[in-house]
Amino acid sequence: MSKDGVNTSRRTFLIGLTSAVGAVGAVGVAVPFVKSWLPSARAENAGAPVQIDISKLEEGQRVVREWRGQPVWVVRRSKDMLEGLDKLATEEVLSDPESSNTNQQPDYAQNPYRSIKPEVLVLIGTCTHLGCSPTYTPQPTVQLEFGGFFCPCHGSMFDFAGRVYRSVPAPTNLVVPPHSYLSDAVIIIGSEEGETA
Amino acid sequence: MGMIKGTVDWVDARLPVVNAFKKHMSEYYAPKNFNFWYYFGVLSLVVLVNQLLTGIWLTMFYSPSDAFASVEYIMRDVQFGWLIRYMHAVGASAFFAVVYLHMFRGLLYGSYKPPRELVWIFGMMIYLALMAEGFLGYVLPWGNMSYWGAQVIISLAEAIPFQVLPFVDGADAAAMGEALTTWVRGDYLLSEATVNKFFALHVVAIPLVLVALVVLHILALHEVGSNNPDGVEIKKNKDENGIPKDGIPFHPYYTVKDLVGVVVFLMVFAVVIFFFPDGGGYFIERPNFQPANPLATPDHIAPVWYYGPYYAMLRATTFSFLFDAKTWGMIIMGGAIAILFVVPWLDRHPVKSIRYKGMVSKVSLMLFAVFFLALGFLGTQPANNSFLGLGFTTWAQIGSFYYFIYFLVILPFGHRFEKSKPVPDRVTGGH
Amino acid sequence: MKKLVVLLLSCLPVLAFAAGGHNEHVVHAPINLQDKVSKQRGAQLFVNYCMGCHSLEYQRYGRMADDLGIPRELVMEHMNFTSEQIGDQMINAMPKDEASTWFGAAPPDLTMVSRLRTPDWLYSYLISFYPDDSRPYGYNNHVFPSVGMPHVMADLQDELSEEDFKQAMLDITHFLTYTAEPMQLERERLGVYVLAFLFILLIPAYLLKKEYWKDVE
Repeated sequence: MSKDGVNTSRRTFLIGLTSAVGAVGAVGVAVPFVKSWLPSARAENAGAPVQIDISKLEEGQRVVREWRGQPVWVVRRSKDMLEGLDKLATEEVLSDPESSNTNQQPDYAQNPYRSIKPEVLVLIGTCTHLGCSPTYTPQPTVQLEFGGFFCPCHGSMFDFAGRVYRSVPAPTNLVVPPHSYLSDAVIIIGSEEGETA
Repeated sequence: MGMIKGTVDWVDARLPVVNAFKKHMSEYYAPKNFNFWYYFGVLSLVVLVNQLLTGIWLTMFYSPSDAFASVEYIMRDVQFGWLIRYMHAVGASAFFAVVYLHMFRGLLYGSYKPPRELVWIFGMMIYLALMAEGFLGYVLPWGNMSYWGAQVIISLAEAIPFQVLPFVDGADAAAMGEALTTWVRGDYLLSEATVNKFFALHVVAIPLVLVALVVLHILALHEVGSNNPDGVEIKKNKDENGIPKDGIPFHPYYTVKDLVGVVVFLMVFAVVIFFFPDGGGYFIERPNFQPANPLATPDHIAPVWYYGPYYAMLRATTFSFLFDAKTWGMIIMGGAIAILFVVPWLDRHPVKSIRYKGMVSKVSLMLFAVFFLALGFLGTQPANNSFLGLGFTTWAQIGSFYYFIYFLVILPFGHRFEKSKPVPDRVTGGH
Repeated sequence: MKKLVVLLLSCLPVLAFAAGGHNEHVVHAPINLQDKVSKQRGAQLFVNYCMGCHSLEYQRYGRMADDLGIPRELVMEHMNFTSEQIGDQMINAMPKDEASTWFGAAPPDLTMVSRLRTPDWLYSYLISFYPDDSRPYGYNNHVFPSVGMPHVMADLQDELSEEDFKQAMLDITHFLTYTAEPMQLERERLGVYVLAFLFILLIPAYLLKKEYWKDVE
């Protein structure tokens, strides 16, 4: 055992090299373990796009379907409802009337009615405050002068485009899920394979 | 750099980390002449870590109430689940492979001899825990081989000769055996109740014991110091600083050396995982691709290869004297494992290492290895075959007989019939 | 119970009927899992001839479509007669209880049959049906004597030349070898990368060891 003439720089270099390659290996080993936490094929299948037939949905009516464990609302808005939305947009009672927060809807729903077709509203029915499901309120009330959605948990209010009122706990508009039209009568939630314009 | 040192100092003032690192790594002096056989200890540790990690991950997806389907769920639906499962299943076989080689190293160089008896005993307890762990884990996929393998092993409880107890007659003994198996199953047949129980034991109870025993095994080893291929006590030759002249610090010398061994092992391990994950039916058996079926026994029931030697002994026991053959089979199987615990006291050879023992020791140990491997093979094969004109059962009987002769006759008395070579004072080159 | 144990422990005779192994009729199946077209044809044949009775309980339609390179729409149109979603498992509509009364035993799930029996056995079984009037359905099998399954592909065998029929049975074998372990090709591909990486790691590790051990030598 002797440490005479040790080439320290060579040792340092080899330690660094081995550690670097070893670190790459460690990251590689971590990949399967990390990826295994992602949704499995079974979860993907359970969370697959959902088709909703709206041919029998009448004006002012709403249907609720489950998609990935969340309520999805589809409302066929009447002319009155749409006019109410136009008025509200000018009255400075809404927090984000232009839907400028792009996280809350896909590009194709960033428009005055937050929808692909003006009369058909598609929303995720969970309040952006703490996740309660707001109550569908088709008739005008004291607080919702054109009707809308009222959250029973903490009193947040949304109009018929899911836009949030000012001075309520909910910070943002209700979410419009990715969706598209397979035909005039059939909407598919969670897929953009159909028409989105 | 200053901050790192500051942190280490802060912790060290509260927990002896620097001290521990010195004691077990940088100032643990290991003999400089370790050879190929000395890789298997560290490899066991590598496989243990592999089993713990992959095992924890498998419990995230496995479900004992839907056992078979949940394994297929892991294999197909969970991303990379197949890889984690194969790592675990192949890891089980790898564990036994490296542990058997590690144990054989002990026999080669007398590593169990004083002052290392406790190291050996902790090692044997690890081996025992490992066998229990392997069996429990083998049942969990709930394939048809899992079911019938468990059926046979659990029913062994019925062979316990309770009639040796006072006031217990044959009929009572049978009833006690039945009661015991029912208790283990938690049902009148092997069922979900059994799988749930085995799952808890496999993922929590036994691993805790296993890890604790591994810690004890290493602590005991570091107390007395490692043996080496020459069987020379390096602590008898120290320099002026009290450092053994034939010792080198474990870190960095053996850490860098073991790293090479670990990488080579991982290459072999990867070849099996990625190209032969069922090990030709020896690591994952074909009948296990079918769900447990209480109405149809697989054509050929065999334990996994690592239990082969003991199963061969169990099956080869056909005599009855006081007890029936089944009970004797169990006694012999149990005895074969129990005898390993007392090896430090059975071996009365004045020389530790095989290098300096005589011909009798060398040949008999070689024969022992051959017979142990042969028993392992026989344990996995149908008994109704023959080799060199003798039936497999006869071969297994010869092998079992030699197994006991080796431990009970050759280890204690073999040295009287041979001339040993002189043992050097210092270790010889060859690292 | 005790008798059972004695039976199992004492020699474990070959109890069952028709296993893989030492049947002279089991021939080598020239398996090539890279043959995507064969697997596709096998999938089509399986859906048409086998799936009425046998499910693939653990195989999802979507995974099959992607792995075998069949467009998902085609699978939904021509291969999925029982469920609505592409991500569903390939389970047939046959009630298991009634099936047992029809055939004596419920037709087994075939997802992993090639790992249970070996691809050779499976291929040999498929090509080994022969006419036998003593059997209820008029056919027997060399590899699986007194088999309960009717020769559902008898028409196909009459229609095709011997060579084409064998190819068709090899197609089914390919497909079922795929379903038994859908990740097999991916596993082998990944294995090459892992081994290459370990080899690269071995080089600096070995040099590091040599460098340090100069002290000892």
